[in-house]
Amino acid sequence: MNLMKQLPWLVLGCVAATHASADQVHAAVAANFTGAMKSVVAQFEADTGHDVVLSFGSSGKILAQIQNGAPFEVFLSADQAKPEKLEQDGFVVDGSRFTYAIGALALWSSLPDFIENDDARLTSGDFNKLSLANPKLAPYGLAATEVLEALGLTEATQAKWVQGENIAQTYQFVATGNANLGFVALSQIMSEGHVTQGSSWIVPSELYSPIRQDAVLLKKGQDNLAARDLMAYLKSTKAHEIIHSYGYKTE
Amino acid sequence: MFTEADLDAIWLTLRLATTVTILLLIVGTPIAWWLARTQSWFKGPIGAIVALPLVLPPTVLGFYMLIAMGPNGVIGQLTQQLGIGLLPFSYWGLVIASVVYSLPFVVQPIQNAMQALGERPIEVAATLRAGPWERFFCVVLPLSKPGFISAAILGFAHTVGEFGVVLMIGGNIPQETRVVSVQIYDYVEAMEYGQAHVLAGLMVAFSFVVLLGVYGFQRQPGSVWGVKT
Repeated sequence: MNLMKQLPWLVLGCVAATHASADQVHAAVAANFTGAMKSVVAQFEADTGHDVVLSFGSSGKILAQIQNGAPFEVFLSADQAKPEKLEQDGFVVDGSRFTYAIGALALWSSLPDFIENDDARLTSGDFNKLSLANPKLAPYGLAATEVLEALGLTEATQAKWVQGENIAQTYQFVATGNANLGFVALSQIMSEGHVTQGSSWIVPSELYSPIRQDAVLLKKGQDNLAARDLMAYLKSTKAHEIIHSYGYKTE
Repeated sequence: MFTEADLDAIWLTLRLATTVTILLLIVGTPIAWWLARTQSWFKGPIGAIVALPLVLPPTVLGFYMLIAMGPNGVIGQLTQQLGIGLLPFSYWGLVIASVVYSLPFVVQPIQNAMQALGERPIEVAATLRAGPWERFFCVVLPLSKPGFISAAILGFAHTVGEFGVVLMIGGNIPQETRVVSVQIYDYVEAMEYGQAHVLAGLMVAFSFVVLLGVYGFQRQPGSVWGVKT
């Protein structure tokens, strides 16, 4: 009898408990932003008490998953095209799209002193392979082809191109020493404001169109406070400082 | 229906799978024969190593091949000393990686067929004064034919369907390392689903015909590897 009296309270307790932990947001993030996003989220969780579940992958794959019912509430793309596409298809909360980071491109070698912060090595042709992300798929790959075009090196280097499916794989080809040179995201080789290993040329930004990376709040996250807070947090000065330390710019 | 790049990819895939199958039959036969006959303590460990590619995720296998074939890797240092250069991003790099990756699919059916023969035909041949080579080439090989046919078809099909390893060490070079599976992946990633469907459709049809060949050839119910069970 006693138990029966307590039952409604128990049920209520359970409901309250699930509600308390419901401030959880599931975000899908483009691979190039992995390091930066982990740092931002660590700070966000400490500041707000929300819980963030992160899934990393190529933007193209994430797009296909969202179109087919993936449980993501926030999407940080590596470009603008994919969030725009989702907007057109009605997956996005109106007016939520904004540029959370502007990527920078670097020519990188895992060998120390192979590059002396200029394009001399690239122009000389004195390297075995040039790794770049597939320009059809990855904005950093497109930017790399623009740089080669601007330097007039497209034809001279084409036979030495090896393409990664995404910027993470492009990095791997160089990091394992199989390609002497590669166009990677500055964020991949930069930590706390410094390039930590090998040698590099930070490509002047006028040689390629800005790599604007957009974020959207997806309709699945429309009523989730944590999702809205995360979107707002990405625009905060605190988040910007972290994002800058990974070699991105913000607006 | 197919673009020029598609046709390049299809041709490359067929060329790769054919080369790999031939190499696998040459490499796999002695391994299978040894595994089928040996009483050695090494049978377990060697058998396990041959079967490892069944277990390891292809991208993991591919990543470690990229390291091993790289300038600091064991294979990479060897190939550089031999004057071949580095293997990743080349057709022959893919061939070698595919041979490793498809090895169990060729060794196991042959091994099973040879084991199923038992001692008797070999002993009979010996009493008829056949030497060891004669016994192998004139008795064991012909009698193991079903195993070889299964092995060839599975090795070929498995190489055609390979993706993760190629992705890791290929570098997506047209006519060199951009095989059909990578081409389909590129279409999907680029949101060109129509083109992806066409190529994927071709692959499904091809695989169906191949598997139909395997199962139709075997006839006996309950046998997967071309051996009566």
